[in-house]
Amino acid sequence: MKVTVKYFAVCHEMLDRSEEEMELPDGATVRTILKRLEEEWPEIAEFYEVMQMSVNWEYATEDTELSEGDEVALIPPVTGGTDV
Amino acid sequence: MFKITSEVITGEEVREAVESPDAGAVILFFGTVRNNTDGKPTKYLEYEAYPPMAEKKMSEISEEIADKWGIDRVAMIHRVGKLEIGEVSVAVAVASPHRKDGFEACQYAMNRLKQIVPIWKREVWADGEAEWVKPDAVFFEDLPEIVDS
Repeated sequence: MKVTVKYFAVCHEMLDRSEEEMELPDGATVRTILKRLEEEWPEIAEFYEVMQMSVNWEYATEDTELSEGDEVALIPPVTGGTDV
Repeated sequence: MFKITSEVITGEEVREAVESPDAGAVILFFGTVRNNTDGKPTKYLEYEAYPPMAEKKMSEISEEIADKWGIDRVAMIHRVGKLEIGEVSVAVAVASPHRKDGFEACQYAMNRLKQIVPIWKREVWADGEAEWVKPDAVFFEDLPEIVDS
């Protein structure tokens, strides 16, 4: 199956791309993507502890199962708004 | 109205979105770009968002406010891109029958926005260095519960 993976902020900078299509085996979960990224860029694993993931605009876990056409995103800690 | 924009925020857009004849108060909040963080001079800020998810999460915050205070007139807009000192990064408007609930709901909206709405801030310092801002520790503790979809 094919899914789209989006990278924001520090992840975008680290991986030097904002999104890509990934071909995954049936039964793949969010963890499958995280492992694949870790192979390319071991340092990214340090961020996994504080990072969240989303599938189709909803927060997900590593165990969330994926389907054809899903939009997955790596969500670094959110800092929108203002510090007042 | 729940929106990510690259345009200048005037506040009129959110105020008009919450107008209602049964409102006795309209609370309007602006977040603006400060010229320093903990005394360190800031040159400008850059905001990045995941627009469809950000707008969905803003809408969920308004549902939470409807549950807690019975207020169904909430609007939020957040700007992305490069913002100069003093410019408005975010505006929240809440219309309510009485001001107390409105102020509380507006404060709640901003707190939740900083917890669950996927928007990131990059601080460009006056000395030319830049970094993605990490959230306050308290926001880590308050991260939303993650449920399997």
